[in-house]
Amino acid sequence: MIISARGLRKDFTVTRKVGRLRRERHVVSAVDGVDLTVERGELLGYIGPNGAGKSTTLKMLTGVLTPSGGEVRVCGLEPVAKRTTLARRIGVVFGQRSQLWWDLPLEDSFSLLRHIYRVPEGDHAARLKQCSDLLGLDEFRHTPVRQLSLGQRMRGELTAALLHGPEVLFLDEPTIGLDVLSKQAVRSFLTDLDRRGDTTVVLTTHDLADIEKLCRRLVVIDHGHVVHDGTLDELHARYRSRRIIVADLDTPWPEGLTLPGAVVTSVEADARRVTLTLDGAAAGEVVAALAQAVSLRDLSVQEPNIEDVVSRLYRDES
Amino acid sequence: MARVQAALIAAGFRRHATYRQATFAGAFTNTVFGFLRCYILLSVAAAAGGAMAGYSGPQLVSYVWLGQGLLAVVNSWTMLDLAERVRTGDVVADLLRPVDPLWTYLWTDIGRAGFALLTRFVAPLVVGALAFDFYVPQSFLAYPLFILSTLLAIVVCFACRYLIGLTAFWLLDIRGVTMFWVFVSGAASGLYFPLAVLPDWLSTTLWVATPFPSLLQAPLDIAVERGGTGQALLVCLSQAVWGVLLFLACRWAQSRAVRKLVVQGG
Repeated sequence: MIISARGLRKDFTVTRKVGRLRRERHVVSAVDGVDLTVERGELLGYIGPNGAGKSTTLKMLTGVLTPSGGEVRVCGLEPVAKRTTLARRIGVVFGQRSQLWWDLPLEDSFSLLRHIYRVPEGDHAARLKQCSDLLGLDEFRHTPVRQLSLGQRMRGELTAALLHGPEVLFLDEPTIGLDVLSKQAVRSFLTDLDRRGDTTVVLTTHDLADIEKLCRRLVVIDHGHVVHDGTLDELHARYRSRRIIVADLDTPWPEGLTLPGAVVTSVEADARRVTLTLDGAAAGEVVAALAQAVSLRDLSVQEPNIEDVVSRLYRDES
Repeated sequence: MARVQAALIAAGFRRHATYRQATFAGAFTNTVFGFLRCYILLSVAAAAGGAMAGYSGPQLVSYVWLGQGLLAVVNSWTMLDLAERVRTGDVVADLLRPVDPLWTYLWTDIGRAGFALLTRFVAPLVVGALAFDFYVPQSFLAYPLFILSTLLAIVVCFACRYLIGLTAFWLLDIRGVTMFWVFVSGAASGLYFPLAVLPDWLSTTLWVATPFPSLLQAPLDIAVERGGTGQALLVCLSQAVWGVLLFLACRWAQSRAVRKLVVQGG
């Protein structure tokens, strides 16, 4: 196990104005007893609404924030006490921060990082080439960082975090604000990284497509607590997410018609489009029954929507 | 020198080398103020019978022009990025490096000073030398001692600015501290006038109890040979002591700051 946290807590003291001069101090728990273990090579999605404590957890795992309580080990080290030692073994990308040198060309930042992390020249060149091929860095390698677009910069950030061959990569909202193409580039890069299996990735995001495409395991945190730890399917099962059948008909839907194992959720377009939610029966059975009852023009089966599930999860917890 | 340091110095140099117009504008301003200060001090000296607080005319000329050049090298007026990075939360990237940020900032600042030495130090000095007669040191030792003292001044000034930058961990906005620093470091480092014009008790207090004279007055006095070689060595020693003390203060303040760290902006 490469990351382990037990009862991890972070409290912040907040002062609030009461009256003209008096201030009241009270303690807010941003992270309140998080238990988490991550095995080597896993790609873990760590999600939660704004202010749930995702970034705070990440900062404690990387050693920049001192926990108020609990135990945490990353690569076998205590992050805060061994911050500089740990820094050589992890890579971090904060989507809203930059670790590149603003005034220098991207390439200069990379070679500076090679010296700072004392990476042998051969390893550096090999890793840089790999990232460059996958992320298409060549066209803007010589551009100063301040002139890069957000998408270009983020590809640079990912490369910068990986050049020293970290065992764990922490990504805090790496696709925030990116356009579709840049998001795809980042995702396929991470898929590739995951396939190679030698880097453990912890990813926080608000983009549920990231989760759907990348993460086998999902940890959901809200109000500082872990509220789900498992696969996406388990999450669907827990919230009884159901598949949906949308059928276009030649003739209007006979009023009052019911099918076993499915619920009619809506009838639209002059009763020529009907939406059914599966409730216990397999899609095939329902489709067969439907074809017997009415004349079908077109039909689609839709998978449960992750946005629905997550928004229900967030609402439930709050 | 290890390669990390060399790479950081080179990066500091290149970062500043990208801003050519700013460099030109800065050198131009320093030169214009050089003329102003030089004429004022020379007329004060002339009114006082040729010397001012023990500085002869040529000594004052060297004092002013070397000071105008060193101002950008020592760079006491420009704060480090540190405070801004603390305010925006970007400091988190500095803390996630395997090298203490105190050292990364120091080496990059030395690179910056190297670039300033080649441009903003040389330009006013050449103009000043064309327009006025400089004092030429009698002892050959004055040259290496001036270089040593300048290096120490760069380090002392860096440590002062780093310490000010660290206050951002508590204050977030350091504009007040910066204004105070710019005023005091100007007046008490010998930038506006040689400290020798102050009453004895005040100039002695400044030399003994504050790092300010180490920033400019120290190398300038060595360059115009005020006091002998012995005094020059003593001045360098006091700069070195201030450097060590300030670095210890930086280490202490930084460890306190990191312990209470709240990264701004989520």
